Amino acid sequence: MPKLLGTIIRNLFSKPATVNYPFEASPLVEGTRGSISFNMDRCDQCQDCERVCPSAAIKVYPDDKKIEWDQFKCIYCHLCVETCMHKAITALDHVQSPDYKKSVTVFES
Amino acid sequence: MSKQTKGNKLTVFPYGPQHPVLPEPIQLKFVVDEEKIVDVLPNIGYVHRGIERAIELNDYRRNIYICERICGICNFMHGMAYTETIEKLTDTVVPVRASYLRTIWAELARLQSHMLWLGLFAESIGFESLFMQIWKIREIVLDLNERTGGHRIHLSTNRIGGVGKDMDANLISTYFKQLDKLQKNYDPIANLFHKDAAFKEKTQNIGILPKKIANHLGAVGPVIRGSGIPQDMRTTGYEAYGELDFKPITYDSEDVYARALVRVDETYQSMEIMRQALKQMPDGPILNKNEKFPEGTAIVRVEQPRGECFYYGIGNGTIHLERCKIRTPTMPNIPPLLHMLVGYEVADINPIVHSIDPCISCTERITYVNKEDA
Ligand code: SF4
Ligand code: SF4
Repeated sequence: MPKLLGTIIRNLFSKPATVNYPFEASPLVEGTRGSISFNMDRCDQCQDCERVCPSAAIKVYPDDKKIEWDQFKCIYCHLCVETCMHKAITALDHVQSPDYKKSVTVFES
Repeated sequence: MSKQTKGNKLTVFPYGPQHPVLPEPIQLKFVVDEEKIVDVLPNIGYVHRGIERAIELNDYRRNIYICERICGICNFMHGMAYTETIEKLTDTVVPVRASYLRTIWAELARLQSHMLWLGLFAESIGFESLFMQIWKIREIVLDLNERTGGHRIHLSTNRIGGVGKDMDANLISTYFKQLDKLQKNYDPIANLFHKDAAFKEKTQNIGILPKKIANHLGAVGPVIRGSGIPQDMRTTGYEAYGELDFKPITYDSEDVYARALVRVDETYQSMEIMRQALKQMPDGPILNKNEKFPEGTAIVRVEQPRGECFYYGIGNGTIHLERCKIRTPTMPNIPPLLHMLVGYEVADINPIVHSIDPCISCTERITYVNKEDA
């Protein structure tokens, strides 16, 4: 019982272990694999990212200098970020927000 | 449903595929005589995903990510086993540092899996506050995961021929610090599992799986080690395990309690293996690229948190594998489970079923179609 009393008092005055989401943002951990973004000024349409993407979320149109990225197919593995020789893909530290409709994001130069 | 035999009225009732305490879609049909279980009939096939076929259709390099999604909890070990299979098929030598890194991350995965199980198990016997305490400290492991690979669960660091991420001195010291913190927080919980009378009352002497039968039915992982047989695939020395000092943990009481204690002690063992590996890890390259295409056949066995996982691959020199057979540890643990359940009371079903740590979604490889029903 005395042991229990100590625990009870400690729990009464300690902060909760959880985060009050969505009113508070959960803390960011360094190096999180978040969303990605294409910098079309650097891209030379080599299609390497399309080739390595495990979930076929990227489609490169070399003639139109256009990239379509499907955020609903992407598994955020960042293999494309690693692969792109020209560092045209930026890794962002936040996750993609949910959407009502399935759509692809188009990047054009 | 009920049937009449020899004057005793037997009742058949289904348990699952959706059940409040069973997080996995398996159905067990229990034939009971009042409160006593007389027979059990398993039924799987609710979540067949056709993973093996997907692996055959996909490019062998991209398959790592499919394999990682066979099981959320053992994702790193599935990726590791798959890359090992491809490395064998292409005669790739993995750099020593990469082997060590894989060992460390595999143990990290085991830590989080065992903690997840201990929490779920505590909940299944009605000990909800313990469940929350364990899952609270499990966050330490998940934060380490996120710090390492950028994701709480999916590390995705396996590459064919090594690993895709390295650990710098800063991260290594974070590992040591967090492991100490984890152990400090985990000690009272492990103590509780070893000493608590209520916990013992609910788990001791139920779900007995005699040593001989465990061996005969081919149980794997903590289930067979809980029956006193020191079978552990890590002792075969894949990756860096051959250079580390550890012994399989066994308990002899053959019941649910023994299987729980095996997992409690294995969490300590994982922490110890990680500390050893972090200290011994040499410097050097982490990735060894090979231009060869997979050819021939290869077998890989790794020890996952639930037991032995088996990969068999056939390559034909193209970018597709001809066949990839995966046997996850829950499959061989289902026959022992059926043996464990017979003869016990309905109230014992939860702890007994949980004691094999069922992971049905990764087990499903076949669908059974009854022609007459279809
Ligand atoms: S790999 Fe980089 S440069 Fe090549 S198409 Fe993709 S974004 Fe452009
Ligand atoms: S993060 Fe992975 S899944 Fe997403 S677009 Fe890049 S390679 Fe494809």
